[in-house]
Amino acid sequence: MNDQTPETRHTAGAFDIRVIIGALLGVFGLILLGMGLFNASDAELDKADGLNINLWSGIGLVAAGVAFVVWARLRPIVVPSDPAS
Amino acid sequence: MAMASDDTFRLDADVVDYTIVALYFAVVLGIGLLARRQVSSSIDFFLSGRSLPAWVTGLAFISANLGAVEIMGMSANGAEFGMATVHYFWIGAVPAMLFLGIVMMPFYYGSKVRSVPEFMRKRFGTGAHLVNALSFAIAQLLIAGINLYLLATIVNRLLGWPLWVSLVVAAAIVLSYTALGGLSAAIYNEVLQFFVIVAALLPLTIVALNKVGGWQGIQDKVKPDGEQLSSWPGTDLTGIDNPVLSVIGIVFGLGFVLSFGYWTTNFVEVQRAMASSSISAARRAPIIGAFPKMFVPFIVIVPGVIAAIIIPELADLKGGGKGDGVTYNDAILLLMRDLLPNGMLGVAIAGLMASFMAGMAANISAFNTVFSYDLWQQYVVMDREDGYYTWIGRIATVGATVVAIGTAGIASQYDNLMNYLQVLFGFFNAPLFATFILGMFWKRMTAAAGWTGLVSGTAAAIVVAILSEDALGGASVGVLGISGQGASFVAAGAAFVVDVLVSVVVSTRTRPRVESELKGLVYSLTPKESLTDPDEGTLPWYQSPTKLAGIGLVLVIVLNVIFW
Repeated sequence: MNDQTPETRHTAGAFDIRVIIGALLGVFGLILLGMGLFNASDAELDKADGLNINLWSGIGLVAAGVAFVVWARLRPIVVPSDPAS
Repeated sequence: MAMASDDTFRLDADVVDYTIVALYFAVVLGIGLLARRQVSSSIDFFLSGRSLPAWVTGLAFISANLGAVEIMGMSANGAEFGMATVHYFWIGAVPAMLFLGIVMMPFYYGSKVRSVPEFMRKRFGTGAHLVNALSFAIAQLLIAGINLYLLATIVNRLLGWPLWVSLVVAAAIVLSYTALGGLSAAIYNEVLQFFVIVAALLPLTIVALNKVGGWQGIQDKVKPDGEQLSSWPGTDLTGIDNPVLSVIGIVFGLGFVLSFGYWTTNFVEVQRAMASSSISAARRAPIIGAFPKMFVPFIVIVPGVIAAIIIPELADLKGGGKGDGVTYNDAILLLMRDLLPNGMLGVAIAGLMASFMAGMAANISAFNTVFSYDLWQQYVVMDREDGYYTWIGRIATVGATVVAIGTAGIASQYDNLMNYLQVLFGFFNAPLFATFILGMFWKRMTAAAGWTGLVSGTAAAIVVAILSEDALGGASVGVLGISGQGASFVAAGAAFVVDVLVSVVVSTRTRPRVESELKGLVYSLTPKESLTDPDEGTLPWYQSPTKLAGIGLVLVIVLNVIFW
C-alpha cells in the first residue's frame, strides 16, 4: 500500500479501486470477446435476433477496463489536503 | 413470490458463466481482505476513517440503494405499470438526494455525529434517539432479509441448490467481507458492484430493445395501451383512480414524504456520504449519485416494460392469465433466460448477485454501526476502549446476518416486494423526516416533542396500513378503499402530518432546550461558517455542490418533460 500522506495517522483509501474495477471489467470483456468471436452459434445468435451481444459487450467492457486503468494512472489517488478530523 | 416458485424455470448457465461469477466473487473477497489491513480503529471500521473521495462515496450512495428492491422491484413495476415507474427515480429520489446534499448534509457532517440516530440524540435527547435507533435497526434486518432472499433465489436458479442452502451460502459471502473490512470493504465493493450491475443490465437492455424493435416496437406492442408509456398521472401505479388525487399522491406521498424520508434520514445512505473526506465532498456525494440515478430507469424499467411484451409467460400474466407460475419480479431473470448467450449470461448473473449483495451489505454495515454506537455503547456497555466497540461491531454483523436468514423467510411470503418495502419505509422514515426537518429549522421544538412525534407518526402509518385493503397483507382489514402503492403513499402522508401536528402541540406545552446546547444542530443557532467548506468559493464548477445540484435539477425536469 503506497502511503500518500505520511504525516496523518494512515490513509484508509490507499488501494486504488479503479485499478481493481478496470481489471475485472477488462477480464470480463476478454472472455466475452472470445465467446463472441469463436463461440457464436446460430442458435445463440437467434436468441437475440442476430445481435452478437457477447462481441459487442466484450468490446465495450475492454474499453471500459482500459479507461479505468488509464484514469488511475493519470490521476493517482490524492487524499484531499483538508484533514478528515 | 412463494418459496415454491423455485422450480418454475432455470437459467442455462455453462462453465464460462460460472467462471465469470467465480472471478467476481474472488475480487469481492479480495477487497474485503485488502480493506481489513487498513482497519485500525472503530472510526475506520464504521466510517471508513472519513477519508473517501466524493465519486467513490457518490457511487456507493446509489449502489447501496441499487439492491434487490431496485432491480427486481422496479423492473417488476415496469412490467406491470409501465413507464409511470420512473416516478420512483425522477420524483421519488433525485430531488431528495439533491436536498440532502444541499440542505441537510452540512448538519450531519458538520456536527461530527457518527450516525443519523446520534444526531437525533444530540438534538432531542435519548427518548427520540432510542425510538429511532431501534426502529432503524429492525428495519435494516427486515430489508437485509429481502435482499438475501433474492440473492438466494438467483443461486437457486443457477445451481439448483435448495433455497435454504442458497440462503446460508449467500449470507456467508456477504458476512465474510463486511465483517472483515467494515464499511470500507462494503463501500469499495459497492462501487465495483455499480459497474458490474451496469455491465450486466445495459447489454440486456440493448438486446431486449433490438428484439422488440426499438422504442417504436414498444409503442406498437405495449399492452393494454399507450397509457403505459406516459408517466403522469400514474393511476395504475398508485391504484388511485382519480387522476388529480393520483398526482397528489405521487407528488406529496412519494415525492415529498416517502422520498425525502428515505434519502435524507436513512442512515444506510447518509453513512456513505459521511465517509467522505471533507464537508464539500460529503455534500457532493448524494449530488454526484443523483446523476447516474436519473439514468438507472433506462436499464431497469425499460427492460421490465419490454419483458411484459416479449416474454410469453409475462404477457400472459399481464393479460389476466396465470403466466405459468412466474411473477413480475421474475422479469429480468426471464429476459436473461430468453435473450442472453452463455458468456453475457454469466456477466448478468454476476451483476444481479452484485446488486443483491450491495443491498444486503449496505443494510448490515449500517445496522452494525447503529447497533454498536447507538444501542450498545449508549445504553448497555458504556465507556469501554475503542477496540471493544469494533469487536462488538463484528459480532453485530454476524448476528444481523443470522437474523437476516430468518427475515428472508418473511420476505418470501409477499407477492410484490415493493409494496412490502414501501410500507416499511412509511412506518419508519416518513415521521423521521418530519421530526428532523422541524428539529433542524425550529429551535423551539422540545425533546418530548421529538419522541412523541416519532411514535405517533409511526402509529398513524400502521393504522392506515391496517385499515387499507392490502398494505400489510393478511393483517389489513380493508376499511379504507386504497391498495397497492397508493396505500403506502397515504400511510406515509398520514405519518408525516400526524408527526408534525403532535410535535407542534407537544412543543408548545413542554420546555425547550437551552439554545447554547443546540449550536450546530439547528439552522438559526449555527454559524454559517461551520455549515460550508471554507474553500468552497475556490472549487471549480464540477466540484461545487450547489452548481452540480442546479445542473441535476434541470436535467431531471427535462427527463420528466420528455417522458410526460
